[in-house]
Amino acid sequence: MKRWLMVVPLAEFLLVAVFLYRGLYLDPAELPSAMIGKPFPAFNLPSVQGDKTLTQADLLGKPALVNVWGTWCISCRVEHPVLNKLAEKGVVIYGINYKDDNAAALKWLAEFHNPYQLDIRDEEGNLGLNLGVYGAPETFFIDAKGVIRDKYVGVIDEVVWREQLAAKYQALVDEAKP
Amino acid sequence: MKRLLVAAVLAMGLAGMAHAAIDTYEFAKDGDRERFRELTKELRCPKCQNQDIADSNAPIAADLRKEIFRMLGEGKDNQQIIDFMVDRYGDFVRYKPALTGKTALLWFGPAGLLLAGVAVMAVILRRRRAAPSDGSDALSPEERQRLDQLLDTKTDD
Repeated sequence: MKRWLMVVPLAEFLLVAVFLYRGLYLDPAELPSAMIGKPFPAFNLPSVQGDKTLTQADLLGKPALVNVWGTWCISCRVEHPVLNKLAEKGVVIYGINYKDDNAAALKWLAEFHNPYQLDIRDEEGNLGLNLGVYGAPETFFIDAKGVIRDKYVGVIDEVVWREQLAAKYQALVDEAKP
Repeated sequence: MKRLLVAAVLAMGLAGMAHAAIDTYEFAKDGDRERFRELTKELRCPKCQNQDIADSNAPIAADLRKEIFRMLGEGKDNQQIIDFMVDRYGDFVRYKPALTGKTALLWFGPAGLLLAGVAVMAVILRRRRAAPSDGSDALSPEERQRLDQLLDTKTDD
C-alpha cells in the first residue's frame, strides 16, 4: 500500500468541506438577472394616478432606481420608509405597481407617502414579466440611457443601501456627469 | 364493503391527478396541448425553485403558463418560447440548460466522474490480477509446522 494514498480521503473531505462551507453563505433564492446590460423593456402603461400614459422614454435622462412593489407584498411595507428616506436625499426612484389593485395602491401611496417620481401601473404584470420579475420587492438600477445595470432582489434596508447599493447608484450618477 | 374499497382505490387515483396546478386552457390544435405540457415541465419556476412551472401554484408560475399559452396560440415554436424565458430569467429557468462553456461541467461532470471511477476500478483489478499467485503466499514448511502446533495445542482450562 502506498503511503500517499492515505491522504486521499482527507483531501476529499477538505474539498467537500470547502464547497459546503461556501454553500452556507450562498442564497439560492438569489438569481443572477438575465436583464443586466439590456435596455429597459418597452412599455406603454397608465400611471397609478391615472393622469398620464408612461413609456420607457419617460425613464431616460437620469440614473434611477426602478422599484417593483405591490400592496400585497408584505416586505414592500418594510422597504417603503427606506425608499421615502432615499427619495428625500435626492435618489431618483421610479415605481412599478406590480399586479396590484389600483385603489389599494393609491391608498398606500397617500398613507405612507410617495417616494416615486413616476408611478407605473402594471396591473397585468406584463412589464414585470418582461423585466424577469419573480417576486417583490425587486429594484433595478438603470443608467441615464435607460440600460439596466444592476438588480437587487429583496428588501432594501438602510444597511443594504449603505453597504452594497449606495456605491452602485453613485457610480451611475458619476457616470452620467459630463 | 367491497364497493367502498373500490371507491377508495379509485379516489387514490384522483389524488395523483390533482397534484399538478390546474388551469383551464383550450388549445386550438391538439399538438399544442402536448407541447404546453412539455414546456411547462421543462421550465423551472423562478420563485419556488425546485418545481417546474407545470407543478407550481406560485402566481409567477401561473403567469408564465399564461404566457406560454399565449405564445403557442401565436404559433411560436418551442425554441422561441424557451428563448423568451431565458432572455428574462436566465439559464436558471431551464431544467435542460443549453450546452455552453458554463454548463459543460453540468452536462459532462457526472459521466466524467463515472468514467474516472471505472478507470480506477480497472487499474485496481488489473494490478490485483497481475499480482503473483505462484504460491508465494503459501506457508513455508516452518510456518506450517508452527500452525499445526498452534491448532493442536489444547487449552487445559
